[in-house]
Amino acid sequence: MAIKLPIYMDYHATTPVDPRVVEAMVPFFTTHFGNAASRNHPFGWEAEEAVEKARKQVADLIGANAKEIVFTSGATESDNLAIKGVAEMYREKGNHIITCVTEHKAIIDTCKRLEKDGYRVTYLPVKKDGLISLDDLRSAISDKTILITIMTANNEIGVIQPIAEIGAIAKEKGVLFHTDAVQAVGKVPFNVNDLKVDMASMSAHKMYGPKGVGALYVRRRNPRVLLAPIIDGGGHERGMRSGTLNVPGIVGFGKAAELCKQEMAAESERLSKLRDRLDDRLHKGLDEIYINGSTEHRLPHNLNISFAYVEGESLLMGINDVAVSSGSACTSASLEPSYVLKALGAGDDLAHSSIRFGLGRWSTNEEVDYVADKLINVVTRLREMSPLYELAKEGVDLSTMQWQTD
Amino acid sequence: MAYSSKVIDHYENPRNVGSMPKEDPNVGTGLVGAPECGDVMKLQVKVNPQTGVIDDAKFKTFGCGSAIASSSLATEWLKGKTVDEALAIKNTDIVNELSLPPVKIHCSVLAEDAIKAAITDYKKKQQAAAGKVSEAHAQPTM
Repeated sequence: MAIKLPIYMDYHATTPVDPRVVEAMVPFFTTHFGNAASRNHPFGWEAEEAVEKARKQVADLIGANAKEIVFTSGATESDNLAIKGVAEMYREKGNHIITCVTEHKAIIDTCKRLEKDGYRVTYLPVKKDGLISLDDLRSAISDKTILITIMTANNEIGVIQPIAEIGAIAKEKGVLFHTDAVQAVGKVPFNVNDLKVDMASMSAHKMYGPKGVGALYVRRRNPRVLLAPIIDGGGHERGMRSGTLNVPGIVGFGKAAELCKQEMAAESERLSKLRDRLDDRLHKGLDEIYINGSTEHRLPHNLNISFAYVEGESLLMGINDVAVSSGSACTSASLEPSYVLKALGAGDDLAHSSIRFGLGRWSTNEEVDYVADKLINVVTRLREMSPLYELAKEGVDLSTMQWQTD
Repeated sequence: MAYSSKVIDHYENPRNVGSMPKEDPNVGTGLVGAPECGDVMKLQVKVNPQTGVIDDAKFKTFGCGSAIASSSLATEWLKGKTVDEALAIKNTDIVNELSLPPVKIHCSVLAEDAIKAAITDYKKKQQAAAGKVSEAHAQPTM
């Protein structure tokens, strides 16, 4: 089979919309264009019915009740709503929030803003495998703690935090538990009751749905979670999120959730085999490459590898017909390498040398083989021109060298 | 990020990749940058002791495409220049030649630093050698 270039291997960033999802959405742009809040004519009823169907489809994917789903514009908004909403609603009870250093910026920056408003935030460190320590979590909880927010799966290294254990601790201590589940929902089993999660953020475009729509699961029983809204207006979504509903987007999200539920088992098995194929081929062709993060507690479709002695952006330049991401500072505007990889304590040089591969619904064996072979060639070529590789081969310990920095 | 065609050319066909013996008294070596910053450049010049002209230049770079291109271009420019002419190469010359965007200016600065470090190393070696020679001459009279 001929390979179509460029190859997309960045499914953690976004996913294409499944054609079956597009098909479900189309009528809601044109013929069924009503406002779901219009209560007095069939255009509104149709739209509302479609939204409620989608609400159930999303709820079913995570073992929730449809009434517990609040539609938003995406996971960033869901994260903001969960954290700011709890912070405001439970301020009387306490002002302490616990999160983790490897969270998505939508969590970290929201917490930082609350710190300016007088809240106290504990950023738990992660171990070398990218997972938090449950002992650290336990000892961080105080009588002022109102919220624990820990992501389910990391967007860079794909490691899956011990969510069920965190949920049990939160329940035992009477603290609310939110998880940014964007990378996990639809990819691996995720049940809000088994995991004892009180709130969970989701995004349609990470699971073959459209961009611009997401959801926040908000538990209604044991305990009933109350949130102060961050967007005021017409009182949509039970007052938690005002604004006219994005009906076509929500319909697409629902369809995408339904497909993920049906196909998750087969798809995750196929993708984990594909991921292992990529990993094996790279390891056979190259020495000194390191997987970042736990290989045991990990999304089936994620691989994050550091190619020692080679800088990430120059690597991406050499595989410019493959879409992947790098933790290299040169690929970001900040000139700082990935804070997630730095948090693992692997050393900044390995953070600069990392590539994130995200496989997905349309990834194939042929693509994996092409990408692996191309990378082996490029890494070999770049190592030949790397002074670090030369020094290492001469037996110099790079970590003890005195580098000339500004 | 879009690269200029010159950066891509240097990345795909780097000039003068390699190493020369560090111990050679006519070779000056500059090693600048740091792995944790994402850029390390090694630049070497080989100077003809009779003429003071740089006969050969080699580089090895760990860094982004612009860093590789900056050091590759530097080696091209160094060949045939005298040591003093080499010291006159400015990072802005590299920026202009490669059309580097503002976020990549540090790559050109590093290349200029590497040139200066290599020449400083060469000069140090020459002085040390001259010192040894005068010592050797001095010995018999003692």
